[in-house]
Amino acid sequence: MEFNNIDFSTYFKNYPDDKGYFGKYGGSYIPPELQAAMDEISEAYQTICKSSKFISELRRIRKEFQGRPTPISYLERLSGKLGNVQLYVKREDLNHTGAHKLNHCMGEVLLAKYMGKKKVIAETGAGQHGVALATAAAYFGLECDIYMGAVDVKKQAPNVARMKILGARVVEVTDGLQTLKEAVDAAFDAYCKEYKDAIYCIGSVVGPHPFPMMVRDFQSVVGIEAREQFLSMTGELPDAIVACVGGGSNAMGFFSGFLNDPVEIYGVEPLGRGTALGDHAASITYGSEGVMHGFNSIMLKDKNGDPAPVYSIASGLDYPSSGPEHAFLHDIGRVKYDVVNDDDTIDAFFELSRMEGIIPAIESSHAVAYGIKLAQKMGKGSVLINLSGRGDKDMDYIIEKYGIR
Amino acid sequence: MSNIQNAFKNGKAFIPFITCGDPDLDTTQEIVREAVKNGADLIELGIPFSDPTAEGPVIQGANIRALAGGVTTDKIFDMVANLRKDVTIPLVFMTYANVVFSYGADRFLSKCRQIGIDGIILPDLPFEERDEFLPTCRKYGVDLISLIAPTSANRIGMISREAEGFIYIVSSLGVTGTRSEFSSDLSSLVEIVRQNTSLPCAIGFGISTPEHATHMASIADGAIVGSAVIKIIEKYGKDAAKPVGEYVKSMKEAVMKANATVCAED
Repeated sequence: MEFNNIDFSTYFKNYPDDKGYFGKYGGSYIPPELQAAMDEISEAYQTICKSSKFISELRRIRKEFQGRPTPISYLERLSGKLGNVQLYVKREDLNHTGAHKLNHCMGEVLLAKYMGKKKVIAETGAGQHGVALATAAAYFGLECDIYMGAVDVKKQAPNVARMKILGARVVEVTDGLQTLKEAVDAAFDAYCKEYKDAIYCIGSVVGPHPFPMMVRDFQSVVGIEAREQFLSMTGELPDAIVACVGGGSNAMGFFSGFLNDPVEIYGVEPLGRGTALGDHAASITYGSEGVMHGFNSIMLKDKNGDPAPVYSIASGLDYPSSGPEHAFLHDIGRVKYDVVNDDDTIDAFFELSRMEGIIPAIESSHAVAYGIKLAQKMGKGSVLINLSGRGDKDMDYIIEKYGIR
Repeated sequence: MSNIQNAFKNGKAFIPFITCGDPDLDTTQEIVREAVKNGADLIELGIPFSDPTAEGPVIQGANIRALAGGVTTDKIFDMVANLRKDVTIPLVFMTYANVVFSYGADRFLSKCRQIGIDGIILPDLPFEERDEFLPTCRKYGVDLISLIAPTSANRIGMISREAEGFIYIVSSLGVTGTRSEFSSDLSSLVEIVRQNTSLPCAIGFGISTPEHATHMASIADGAIVGSAVIKIIEKYGKDAAKPVGEYVKSMKEAVMKANATVCAED
């Protein structure tokens, strides 16, 4: 399919280019002492991950350990309430550990094993990526160092406990504001020193090349499965698909299966408390081009041009930028990006729980809320939503803040 | 030849790094003048960025303090213009690609020329991405200074041949900060650089004591010190100019002790 002069039948061969660019976005903006390590990962990815041995091992793991393929569920009661529109969800909440994150973590750690590395290193904010990586490291028997700001360590005690039970070493970072930013620096510093024995595992389709491509490719299993399953369930493609976008890993994997199809694609960003800077994290919708954390993309900036403070009820969407491929797909118009606020998200969280018996992650609830709105607007047709994770982790927070409705 | 090479005219160079606006811009000016008085040959002025990828905790702290104090790129330009009334040694900006990008590369570099900035260092701008900024730098006569790290062995020659101003050699792996061990193959790295360029080269990252400085200056043409200077500023705040001056004096004496067999003029 051709769209805006871009041939999507050969899209994955051409995007990113060999320097890691999606149009003008992406690249590798990192200090030279890190570049050699990135080049090593790039090269290993290009050779090892394309080998049939790697692919068949990853396939087996997905089936036997992660429980893939995850199903698609038809939301019968919710659809009935909406009229003549069919709503479906791709159940990444049923992936092992309860979210899509494990898809790329298993790929990254398997790559580390093939490269002969002994250790994986990462930072984590809310702890979701840390838990997924610790799980993968435990499975493959590699050491795992997770860097986490001291403030986050206190806030996210259950996830810290999970990581420790899984055998990871949680390194508390006490510099500066003691949050994700300092954790990223500490993790990079450790990686610089240990890169001969270790590999850095990024948590989304962000960061320097090759991570946006590699994480997308590992996550593309979601889109490939969803397309096949939807076709065999209904005999046709969905009219529209929807996913939430923070860094954008679940969305990128899901979208990648449908880019070459006549399907409307929607990325949903968190509008939080409102449109004022600092009240939301809708980077593609309200941001502009900038460079941070090693890549060029669209980001939210303060008046000085620095990454702006952001807010979202969902800690997994609370990031001032999105992956470079999202910025590209936005610019060419292939994916439409729109927003959902906290209140509508909470409504959707309860709606899906009570109408369908699925408690969604607060991140995924953004996509559900948008899917419901979209369905009402469409009046007829089908909408497939990527339910990227389950909501167990969010229940205490929601009950405390919003009560049981 | 750019003004930057004048920094290497008086024997081995000592190059301090100062984050602009830490704790405020008036103090930064005082510190710069005091450093010049005590023998600094070139000064790296850091424009703070909230999300730097190569800075250790010390310089990150300086960034946080400066940004909290309300420093902006425009205010820093004004400060430099003011400094240039009496400061003649080469001055270069060290900042991150996003700062230049967000300000607008053309606007940023034309300002640099206007206020007398001789070069810029963008540690997160890889050699391969230089084309994005290079034409604008050339247009305004501002040197785009390249960093070389011990890991980029096969690229050292290529980077050296295309370099401008001076070569910034990263002493060891990891982010900035004071440390006691250095990459052991620095001499051979400098040797490859020498074979490919006549530009002077200075070593930075992790240097703090006069002994380090003497050692580094014996290998290269100068030593760059950031975190150790920032620590003094962190400790003394608004009264940091004097102690920084004393420190610069001791470090300049230390680099002058070095007797490298190869000099920039060779």
